Amino acid sequence: MFGSYAALAREGVLGLNKRNGDYISRFNPRRLYPLVDDKLKTKRLALEAGIAVPQLYGVIETQHDIRTLPDIVRSHNEFALKPAHGSAGDGIVVIAGRSGNRYRTIGGDILDEDFLSHHLSNAINGQFSLGGVQDVVIVEYMVRFSQLFERISYQGVPDIRVIVFRGVPVMAMVRLPTRGSRGKANLHQGAVGAGVDIATGMTLDGVISTEVVTHHPDTTHAIAGLRVPDWDTILSIAARCYELTGLGYIGVDLALDRDLGPLVLEMNARPGLAIQIANRQGLLRRLKICEERADFGASAEQRIEFAKQEFRHPVGPVYMPAEVTTESG
Amino acid sequence: MNNRHIYVLSAVLTLLGLGLFAYKVHVLGFPLRPQEQTQIWNIEAAVRFEPGPAAVKATLRVPSLTPGFALLDENFVSRGFGLATRNAPAGREAQWTLRQASGPQTLYYRALVYRDPTRIAEDTTPPFPAQPELDEPSRIAMEGLIAEVRRQSADVASFTTELLRHLNLAQNDPYVSVFLKRGSTVSDRAHLATVLLAGAQIPARIAHGIMLRSQPGPVEAEQLLEVHDGVQWLYFNPRTLEQGLPHDFFIWWRGDERIADVEGGSAPDVTLAVQQNLLDSMLVAERRAEKIGSHSMDFSLFSLPIATQAVYSVLLMIPIGALVILFLRNFVGVRTFGTFMPVLVALAFRETLLVWGIVLFVVIVSLGLTIRFYLEKLRLLLVPRLTVVLTIVVMLMAGISVLSHKLGIQPGLSIALFPMVIISMTIERMSIVWEERGASEAIQDGAGSLVVAAAAYVVMGIAAVAHLIFVFPELLLLVIAAALLAGRYTGYRLLELRRFKALRPSGNTPSGSTT
Repeated sequence: MFGSYAALAREGVLGLNKRNGDYISRFNPRRLYPLVDDKLKTKRLALEAGIAVPQLYGVIETQHDIRTLPDIVRSHNEFALKPAHGSAGDGIVVIAGRSGNRYRTIGGDILDEDFLSHHLSNAINGQFSLGGVQDVVIVEYMVRFSQLFERISYQGVPDIRVIVFRGVPVMAMVRLPTRGSRGKANLHQGAVGAGVDIATGMTLDGVISTEVVTHHPDTTHAIAGLRVPDWDTILSIAARCYELTGLGYIGVDLALDRDLGPLVLEMNARPGLAIQIANRQGLLRRLKICEERADFGASAEQRIEFAKQEFRHPVGPVYMPAEVTTESG
Repeated sequence: MNNRHIYVLSAVLTLLGLGLFAYKVHVLGFPLRPQEQTQIWNIEAAVRFEPGPAAVKATLRVPSLTPGFALLDENFVSRGFGLATRNAPAGREAQWTLRQASGPQTLYYRALVYRDPTRIAEDTTPPFPAQPELDEPSRIAMEGLIAEVRRQSADVASFTTELLRHLNLAQNDPYVSVFLKRGSTVSDRAHLATVLLAGAQIPARIAHGIMLRSQPGPVEAEQLLEVHDGVQWLYFNPRTLEQGLPHDFFIWWRGDERIADVEGGSAPDVTLAVQQNLLDSMLVAERRAEKIGSHSMDFSLFSLPIATQAVYSVLLMIPIGALVILFLRNFVGVRTFGTFMPVLVALAFRETLLVWGIVLFVVIVSLGLTIRFYLEKLRLLLVPRLTVVLTIVVMLMAGISVLSHKLGIQPGLSIALFPMVIISMTIERMSIVWEERGASEAIQDGAGSLVVAAAAYVVMGIAAVAHLIFVFPELLLLVIAAALLAGRYTGYRLLELRRFKALRPSGNTPSGSTT
């Protein structure tokens, strides 16, 4: 037991206690949480800063507003409903088609208007928010994901998670929905997480839960070796989210739209640790490298440059001079 | 970062908690174990006499300075007599008075005595005694005896021993035979010793007392010679010449007088009796704190009404349960529904006992979940749905109670103590997790909550812990100190070792079950 403890420590794996005690509590001031906990605020903030987000169709704030949903989505056949305070993707419904008052979800379920308004009222009453507080529901543009991912995701919208430490993108992964995750890009439910090389945007092997997988279980295509398009834009957006929120340790979730490019879906002030398994590398090692060598006052471009140099896959142990990372970039 | 601050703070809290704890254990004698009992003695003096025709005044000498022992309680029993206690030169006296009495009278004095090593004979150093007034032959004999004894001794202690040895030889010693007639008693010799010691300018007195042993029937008072060596009182057994206060010797009164006198009546017949008993240590400690004027008792939980004490004996255990949860969550990594929900469930387990508690909890939650899934189809709003779930949980509890009563399963009745609101919220939360993240995660979290609740129940149920926390609530400062330290534990949780096993150098291959 102590052996494996030491092994994890050597690999620089970040544990929950350390994440909470040494990073979140140190670099994420609580007063800034609402900026990321409320997806509506995040969206407005991003728009002001010129960062692309899915277009807002409307907001359902009260029980009464639920009736206005058909008006809000009159000219949109596809849209997504998201509780503004939902966590871990809870309560998100993505509608991919409509006929009359029937809606088809991206997972293929047919929902009637009744069901949808019930869901909306649950969300407004706080069923999906932390602590059950009153919530609002955002109606927004449904991301049409890029062709590339079609081969390695089953229904649903794959997304990209980038951990940004004081403005430096330190680790990234793509989350690919599976049949098991019922179209949700949620690792807890069985979605595939695949690490992404920060330096190149190339995908690595994936994991489901804690098991390594090389091929998507539903589409059977190889996961590794795909180049995520617009990688530089993704890094740039992620890095700028630090200035946007002031939070020093965040997870930025983006989706790649086939027409609009990378869009920020949401941010998370308590990003999960599964990304380490997806990258098969400890986060702590990279955080330490940042703390030792990064110039946090530098511009977003310089920070990205630093990340690309330091975090080329695979990243060696902290105490070793980073030879691997300095060969041609 | 500010770790040192935390270390200092928890060290201060620990010291404070342990300091108070030590004070209460060592000075006030608070018991460390539950149901600890202290040996006490019931002592009794019964004074019987025939009153004369006129007013009666009976005086009984009662214990006051009792080295090695302390009085827990005392009472005076008499019929129709007026009672006053006062301090006399020889100690404390109780005086009963009655204008007119008829028939034989019995007066009782009863006291509870416990051992208290902190009690010493604390009266002040006595003055040098006056030379005894004796006739010429006696004076010469005394001086001769004192001179001889002094020659054979070095200090007050050896002088006394030597003197007593001479007195015990009685007739064989020419000097002593002047004072003592044939058939002298121990008490006569002790009295003579005080006179002769006064002649040698040594303060001395007779201490009358009883041996505290459990023995049926009356006990005889025995005498010790108390001699002051200028610093402290020394004790001598006038018969055996042993020096020192015997462990079981309880000094009742001092001086040459008898234990009781009666004016206006026949000579009293006094019977002393001792009975050994056990008493809850807590009671003794309380009285002791009262006696030494410590305020710790005034502000302790024992000053509360019994019903309130019972409530606090439960409430004070909640931090202990919380500590267990802290450990299981932050060090082991068990996930639960709601941070402290398991503590409340553990409290309910106190009534149902563990196995039945778990059975009932599982039954209620699974029935509740089933109904909750049905309600989902009705598409109710959140608060009305919660109300329905809560009502159904209450009805299920009532139903289970009635059913188990009919079947003669008593534990089923105590289900009434389950925290129903908390259980309803758990059902709601569990059903959401079930829908959003799948059944396995919901069941896993539910089982985690149950395991944590069971662990908290077991720890909170340790009688020794419950006793310590209730008698020494300051130990909760240690809980705070522990929680503060745990708050800065940033190492891995036990279950993370398994979760991240893919990240270990050799971790890609599944490696047995050992971590």
